[in-house]
Amino acid sequence: MKVFCNGQEQDIGSGSRVVDCLNTLGLDPLSVVVECDGKILTREEYASHELQDGSVLELIRFVGGG
Amino acid sequence: MLTIAGRKFRSRLFGGTGKFSSPEVMKEALAASGCEMVTVALRRIDLNNPADDIMRVLDRDRYLFLPNTSGARDAGEAIRLARLARASGGGEWLKLEVTPDPRTLLPDPIETLKATEELVKEGFKVLPYMNADPILALRLQDAGAVAVMPLGSPIGTNQGVLTRFQVEIIISQAQVPVIVDAGLGAPSHVAEAMEMGADAVLVNTAIAVAGDPVRMARAFAMAVEAGRIAYESGLGAVSKDAAASSPEDGLGFLR
Repeated sequence: MKVFCNGQEQDIGSGSRVVDCLNTLGLDPLSVVVECDGKILTREEYASHELQDGSVLELIRFVGGG
Repeated sequence: MLTIAGRKFRSRLFGGTGKFSSPEVMKEALAASGCEMVTVALRRIDLNNPADDIMRVLDRDRYLFLPNTSGARDAGEAIRLARLARASGGGEWLKLEVTPDPRTLLPDPIETLKATEELVKEGFKVLPYMNADPILALRLQDAGAVAVMPLGSPIGTNQGVLTRFQVEIIISQAQVPVIVDAGLGAPSHVAEAMEMGADAVLVNTAIAVAGDPVRMARAFAMAVEAGRIAYESGLGAVSKDAAASSPEDGLGFLR
């Protein structure tokens, strides 16, 4: 199935959880905050939150800023 | 010692983490500045370069993170960024920025007040970046801001404290700490703000883009300390007429 991560289409297996998607992208779950279909997930939810076909993920992290 | 929302700070210089040439230079410059609180921003991860994590070099035990809402153009966007910051483990501290105009990056006072009201309700410790408006400072304080951050001059302009008259009024009225933020481009600028009685200053660009950011950070730290000591020591009165420093008596032998 397809999900959208930061605007890019990604192919992932059906039934994938958020944490699977982060692993596929090579991202450390501890350094990422995830907004899935407009809802901010807690870190605990990464392992349980199941993605749907067409899910829209925003993967955000701290960067340098003033 | 400076206290904001019950937390004590030995240093009255707060640092930014943007625009440094490398994470290593940033780390060394922040260490040289002696600062204990640093601003950070939130952005989408570059999925083509996921290892590019500038924050890996920052020791969270040493620095309190002050996530900002830079990029927000209205209260709704700022609130969304604030919630993301908290979910990122950024804690409750928040530098609220609402800057709808990319040319001036001046803060929208109405949206800033609206966002402050909401975020205080949600338990954030809100430090709003604001225009140097004394009335607005009181309104933000009443809304529950734990400090106010009036601008010296627009972000990144290095123009210094162009808002001196208004900042002096803000300092004289505020019950919460006043942190002069933005546009402080030289150690003399932060010394001026501190001599006026500002509780702290926030500096990013001027240190990050200096030829030698580490030494510049040290220079800013010294200026902050000098300005604070001068304020606490009581500056002499300003007058238009000269007042001789040497005795006026005892010149009879000359004439």
